[in-house]
Amino acid sequence: MEVLEKKKLKVATTSLAGCFGCHMSFLDIDERLFDLVQLVEFDRSPLTDIKEVGECDIGIIEGGLCNAENVHVLLEFRRQCKILIALGACAVNGGLPAQRNHLPLTDILSEVYLSSPGLGNGMIPNDPELPLPLNQVHPIHEVVKVDIFIPGCPPSGDAIWKVLTDLLSGRNPSLGHGLIHYD
Amino acid sequence: MSSGSLESILCKYDGSPHNLLQILREVQEEEGWITPATVAALETALAVPRAKIEGAASFYSFLHLQPVGRYRILFSDNIIDRMGGSQALMERLCNLLWVEPGKLSEDGLVSVTTTSCTGMCDQGPALLVNGRAITRVDEARIDAIAERVRAQVPLAEWPGEWFQVEDNVHRRDILLGSDFEPGSGLRALHARVETDGIQASNTRSWREGLPRGLVGPATMLDEIKHANLRGRGGAGFTTGLKWEACRNAPLADGQDRIVVCNADEGEPGTFKDRVLLTSHADMVFEGMTLAAYAVGARRGFLYLRGEYRYLLEHLEGVLARRRRDNLLGHSIIGIPGADFDIKIHVGFGAYVCGEESALIESLEGKRGTPRNRPPFPVTHGYLDQPTIVNNVETFAAAALIALNGGEWYKNIGTSHSAGSKILSVSGDCERPGLYEFPFGVSVAEVLEACGAKDTQAVQVSGPSGFTIAAHEFDRKICFEDIPTAGAFMVFDKTRDMFQVARNFVHFFAHESCGFCTPCRVGTSLLRNLMDKLHNGQGSPYDFEEIEKLNHILQAMSHCGLGHSACNPVLDTIEKFRPAYDSRLLHQQFTPAFDLDQALSQARQMTGRDDELAHFGAEHGDKQ
Amino acid sequence: MTQTFILDGREIPFEPGQTIIQAALAAGVFIPHLCYHPEFKPHGSCKLCTVKVNGRHTASCTYKAAPGLEVQSNTEELNGERRTLVQMLFVEGNHFCPSCEKSGDCQLQATAYELGMMSPHFDHFFPDRPVDASHPELLLDFNRCILCSLCVRASRDVDGKSVFALAERGIDSHLIVNAASGRLADTNVALEDKAVQVCPVGVILRKRKGFAVPIGQRTYDEAPISGHLPLAEEC
Ligand SMILES: Cc1cc2nc3c(=O)[nH]c(=O)nc-3n(C[C@H](O)[C@H](O)[C@H](O)COP(=O)(O)O)c2cc1C
Ligand code: SF4
Ligand code: SF4
Ligand code: SF4
Ligand code: FES
Ligand code: FES
Repeated sequence: MEVLEKKKLKVATTSLAGCFGCHMSFLDIDERLFDLVQLVEFDRSPLTDIKEVGECDIGIIEGGLCNAENVHVLLEFRRQCKILIALGACAVNGGLPAQRNHLPLTDILSEVYLSSPGLGNGMIPNDPELPLPLNQVHPIHEVVKVDIFIPGCPPSGDAIWKVLTDLLSGRNPSLGHGLIHYD
Repeated sequence: MSSGSLESILCKYDGSPHNLLQILREVQEEEGWITPATVAALETALAVPRAKIEGAASFYSFLHLQPVGRYRILFSDNIIDRMGGSQALMERLCNLLWVEPGKLSEDGLVSVTTTSCTGMCDQGPALLVNGRAITRVDEARIDAIAERVRAQVPLAEWPGEWFQVEDNVHRRDILLGSDFEPGSGLRALHARVETDGIQASNTRSWREGLPRGLVGPATMLDEIKHANLRGRGGAGFTTGLKWEACRNAPLADGQDRIVVCNADEGEPGTFKDRVLLTSHADMVFEGMTLAAYAVGARRGFLYLRGEYRYLLEHLEGVLARRRRDNLLGHSIIGIPGADFDIKIHVGFGAYVCGEESALIESLEGKRGTPRNRPPFPVTHGYLDQPTIVNNVETFAAAALIALNGGEWYKNIGTSHSAGSKILSVSGDCERPGLYEFPFGVSVAEVLEACGAKDTQAVQVSGPSGFTIAAHEFDRKICFEDIPTAGAFMVFDKTRDMFQVARNFVHFFAHESCGFCTPCRVGTSLLRNLMDKLHNGQGSPYDFEEIEKLNHILQAMSHCGLGHSACNPVLDTIEKFRPAYDSRLLHQQFTPAFDLDQALSQARQMTGRDDELAHFGAEHGDKQ
Repeated sequence: MTQTFILDGREIPFEPGQTIIQAALAAGVFIPHLCYHPEFKPHGSCKLCTVKVNGRHTASCTYKAAPGLEVQSNTEELNGERRTLVQMLFVEGNHFCPSCEKSGDCQLQATAYELGMMSPHFDHFFPDRPVDASHPELLLDFNRCILCSLCVRASRDVDGKSVFALAERGIDSHLIVNAASGRLADTNVALEDKAVQVCPVGVILRKRKGFAVPIGQRTYDEAPISGHLPLAEEC
């Protein structure tokens, strides 16, 4: 991992197959967010209005890969970001959405759209605008190289702060007892 | 199954839970599979919980708790079979029979799948039908098999020549060349012992230890030690020390010492024990009897791999004759108290059961999981009794040593590797088969003898052994250079050594017993990575992962299987690196799975096939 | 005079017959472990407790202590290897801690914390494993089984039953219960059985008890697993 220089770092964030819980937790770093804003500048993020990710120092990904769109966004982040961070259980191991993995997608789709009344009028939506779901939900490290993982559902604001400050000061990020959590 | 025949099987096996697996085998031979009714009956009859019965049975590839069809066809899947075209042959058979590999046909008639090496590498490609080996399979034979399956011709009416198994011995030395007279080893040893000591001591049973003057057993042990005999099963442990440790191990009340012959011969590419048991069974059984004499054992087992089940009747015949000739049973060759007999235990397709402590677990009717050691089998083996486990060839050599003396034997071979070694040669050569050489023969000499041309590499001692490259062909087969359990697989320059290693990694993943974490999970991870490289998705990241797994397997595994599971990969990486580099097609990290394939079910369900319903070349190398 | 061996530079006394891990835990030194349990015969399968004895890797739960042994345990190398083993266990099963009742009380999770496991690292197997809810009081969620066989040993050796057993082999190894139906409800399992209390992870669970203690106040929230030595000794 490259050592980051002491200029304002560009950070982008996104939520793939996640619940925004991790982003909420990110905001949970509270007043430290002001310190953070001294050090970083946000690119594409639910916190900004930028739609396309530009070249960045750090990319933070919440959520796993559930559909084609998730994969495209992730690949774009990987291309643009020097350091990629998997934030939260879903990004780290697929999380709750991956609990569908033991069911064949075909069964899920027909159960949801064909068998149960009310939804989809008995047909599976096939609008090309809609991203197709993947056969299984995957954590992001199975598709791109991930540099840093912050586990937790969601990770605490403290854990996120610890990793970011470690990173900003050039240390290898680590979480001790109490900060490292998978739940 | 009629309760009567279950009754008689139970009776044959003393109604003992330790014989559970043999009972299950016999039931299955009658009924085709182990039905819930059988499990229930055995639960009562043997007083073993059903979960234990199911747990043990399901460990073994050849025991079935589900129906498997009237014809169960298993293609031997060693790299040598593959080089002989086994994959295309299997596909052909599946197409002809309208079955998917690994699945029972809808009418319940037939299933077709693969199995680990069946030990017919010199006459492959080979397959098993209901456990019987069919050798030299080609397209014509496949078509004929398909016809008979469809017409439901009973196996007994299939052409006998299909089932013919040849010895293919191309070079004989002291062992394969001897015309060993049954009993001659025992008598020669007996003659060598001063008569006075024998009579006095042997009025006591063998098992009562070795009071002063019991010269017979001591003489045998001395000869074996003097001969410098080392085990032929791979590890090369000094046989004399093993026997002595067993003999010296204390016996608790009611205990016996046990002699076990390891005929599991599961290491792919090895088939010499098959030939020894086919044509030199007397020498093997005599070696076991001599071992029993030396250590003071009264009970012996031959653990015969399931793939060699067809040898059972022949071997039982030899044992019966030896009993008639007083070479087994009570007071063998008239030595009072010299009592010993041998039972044959048939295995069921589990390579790990060749590992001696797993073998003992299996003998006891359990899952073939290697034990924690110490204690070692020589003190706590079969049912916790002092036990020696030796390879088939080791026992045959012991018989020769009794016959001709340790001094004669130790002068053959090299200083650290006395005697001869039987090599099972297969692969790219004109004359595959058995070659017996004195230890110290070079790889090049063996290649010359078997008519190998343009050889790129030789896999010595099977997947868990060594990949030897051309620049090393002057290295020698012996414990001090290249030790071997006997396999000698030849690969010429047209072969892809990466595929060789990948085949071996699949073998280990299939045969891992699953007991310890590093091997259970690690072999599967390694297999997946090798497949990823094979599928053209490899990157240097994957290569790093492979190296990491190699290390974990080697350092943390519980038994020899896990320790050596990475050997073929380590060796081929070191010696055939280009075969890997050419597969690291991507410089950047590549996804663990095929992205486009991951949309297949959604495409199928939505009927979409537009550009957005696919992944283009976007992933992969583009930075 | 008591005999001793050296563990990470420290002298550890031991009783004859003790294994390395027994002596270490008794002396207050933590060695990670999952399939070891003081009340049962050592199994030696998870390999988490691997140490180096005189330079060679070996499982400390099965290796007998002997005078003068030089044992390494808390080294970067060994902890790295142990982390890899834990990662293997995570990807082998389906571990979704946020929805697991055992979270916070789970030894696998706590060991992973202890070893600083930030991600499962490997590609997930996402196996298809069953859940057995047949029993009125107990739930079996096989998605989380790490095959430590503690329940098998407890049922056999303490309860004198054989409610649990291992079946198949290799990566297909899995737990079965002793009933023709394959359902826990049809076994003779009882709530007081030792076997239903020993699972180090979230497979064998009491129904309706899962969230009695809130997340954040559970065993390993209080102190890391290395700080629970007395517990490791008693439980
Ligand atoms: C996974 C594994 C498989 C083995 N398979 C065999 C085998 O098929 N035949 C054999 O004789 N030894 C086999 N061995 C070696 C045995 O454990 C044991 O060392 C050998 O039978 C001892 O006999 P020996 O001293 O005569 O060589 C195997 C070992 C391992 C670890
Ligand atoms: S190394 Fe493999 S075969 Fe050996 S005990 Fe472990 S899982 Fe079983
Ligand atoms: S068993 Fe442990 S590691 Fe697995 S999901 Fe539950 S808490 Fe997490
Ligand atoms: S159910 Fe629990 S105790 Fe039993 S083997 Fe699985 S993890 Fe171990
Ligand atoms: S969205 Fe953060 S863990 Fe699920
Ligand atoms: S604790 Fe020692 S191997 Fe599991």
